[in-house]
Amino acid sequence: MGQTIAQKIIAKHAGVERVTPGEIYLVDVDFAFGNDITAALSIKQFNEIGARKVFDPEKVGLIPDHYTPNKDIKTAIITQSMRNFAREHGITHHYEVGEVGIEHALLPEKGVVLPGDLVIGADSHTCTYGALGAFSTGIGSTDLTFAWITGKVWLKVPETLKFVINGKLPRWSGGKDIILYIIGKIGVNGANYRVMEFSGDTIRNLNMDNRFTICNMAIEAGAKTGIIEPDEKTIEYVEQRKERSTYTVYKSDKDAEYEKIYEINAEDIVPQVAFPHLPENTKPIYEVEKMDIRIDQAVIGSCTNGRISDLEIAAKILKGHKVANKLRLIILPATPAIYREALERGYIEIFLDAGAVIAPPTCGPCLGGHMGVLAPGEKAISTTNRNFRGRMGHVESEVYLSNPAVAAASAIAGKIVSPEYILGGN
Amino acid sequence: MKLKGRVWKFGDNVDTDVIIPARYLNTTDEKELAKHCMEDLDPEFASKVKPGDIIVAGESFGIGSSREHAPIAIKASGVSLVIAKSFARIFYRNSINIGLPILENEEVYDLVETGDEIEVDLDKGEIHVKGKTLEARPFPEFIKEIIRYGGLLNYAKEKYL
Ligand code: SF4
Repeated sequence: MGQTIAQKIIAKHAGVERVTPGEIYLVDVDFAFGNDITAALSIKQFNEIGARKVFDPEKVGLIPDHYTPNKDIKTAIITQSMRNFAREHGITHHYEVGEVGIEHALLPEKGVVLPGDLVIGADSHTCTYGALGAFSTGIGSTDLTFAWITGKVWLKVPETLKFVINGKLPRWSGGKDIILYIIGKIGVNGANYRVMEFSGDTIRNLNMDNRFTICNMAIEAGAKTGIIEPDEKTIEYVEQRKERSTYTVYKSDKDAEYEKIYEINAEDIVPQVAFPHLPENTKPIYEVEKMDIRIDQAVIGSCTNGRISDLEIAAKILKGHKVANKLRLIILPATPAIYREALERGYIEIFLDAGAVIAPPTCGPCLGGHMGVLAPGEKAISTTNRNFRGRMGHVESEVYLSNPAVAAASAIAGKIVSPEYILGGN
Repeated sequence: MKLKGRVWKFGDNVDTDVIIPARYLNTTDEKELAKHCMEDLDPEFASKVKPGDIIVAGESFGIGSSREHAPIAIKASGVSLVIAKSFARIFYRNSINIGLPILENEEVYDLVETGDEIEVDLDKGEIHVKGKTLEARPFPEFIKEIIRYGGLLNYAKEKYL
């Protein structure tokens, strides 16, 4: 019996020939990082148990991205502890304001995570790097402390669910719509403990940005990670930025064992909107448009949809338009490099002309942290990944999740609409 | 490792917010957390629970946030083991990492009520209840070892520091 890509990566890092779902291994990690919410606890634990050295200062990441730049004294103290820890241990992957971006956009962009890597992060959306053909998963603070000391994490070998998506996506649909559509079908626990492997010609035709978006939201179906086999697009992306010279491309065997295989026709996936308060509450945009849902704020950004091709789509729609009266459009390029590229390509000017505000690369409103928190009764459309009750602010606010095209069009209309509503039939 | 204790029975989807409400997350003091364990489900739990007691629950025990405070509060309250039909992924990891034994079993739930006594052999994964012996999948060696050490950090301290 063959092995899946996830099994192969785990086997390699466990130092064994092959692994079977259900087995537990202590595996080597290639990178172990935390952010300004989770790393502080690990630093405290690390010092409390008397550890002196991290296993490898080049494989530890400290990424203060959630409240960047520091939003208050408490967060200032946390980022200070990260800075001190980085200095003390010679941590190379510590990013200061000016170079920091949202962790899950930053690490692939900098070529830190490469195909075949096994990566853990004390943040649930660590599953994003599966788009590179890496095995990456979110863990707790104690796991991170343990990895910093030992270079290892314990893993139960997961079952894999395979999603085969073929066909041409409808206009204005992208990675976000594929993953929302799947979560709408299988539910927020539909892939609990499991790996979601995405394949098919629709996936192969997507650019890397869209693939990151898909793997990013695997956790929203309860999955341990999402993963996509590397192809020529992956290799091209990696070759332009890789930080280390070697990496390994793993592919699933033809006779690999899957717990279940889902066949999906891409033509069915029109742009999706997830209604409050769960990502599984999805509806096709054309149904939503008829419901006349008025919104107070639109957010384009996050580790899900804050990359350059997301901003490109937003610019295409916003060009020559103005946001609706009294609506706030907040755009957050996910990293400084994305910000610069958006500036060079003229997108930032388009956004400013439309009446948007551009925030620095930060998580900000995605988790109701800062830079766009919602008041009671307010509704937002957002390209982020979670719409749990109170996620973006007050418990009586509401978040609707969508792709950047729908968010931009809705910002102009003042209510949730399809891009065609603004641009016409094509 | 053999355990014997009185049962506290809870239902499905016991989430991390009821295990330890967010209003008490401003401390990492175990004793303090234990005082408020399960408070929103059963206000008497914290005062009546005895060392060695066993929680029996339904599906998806520990769903919600990744806060490690939840298994810490349960362990510090004196509970020796949680048996549930299933666990949420990060709660499962966190419990093992902080040294709280947990077992997955579907049948025990319908056989016991709060106050019943059960015996468990963690090594064999056997649950003895009302004259019956039920099987839970025994922990793999590695996880048994972490639990024996009292958690992942103690394990690291002994083995690696
Ligand atoms: S952008 Fe949102 S989901 Fe992504 S890491 Fe930041 S807070 Fe988490």
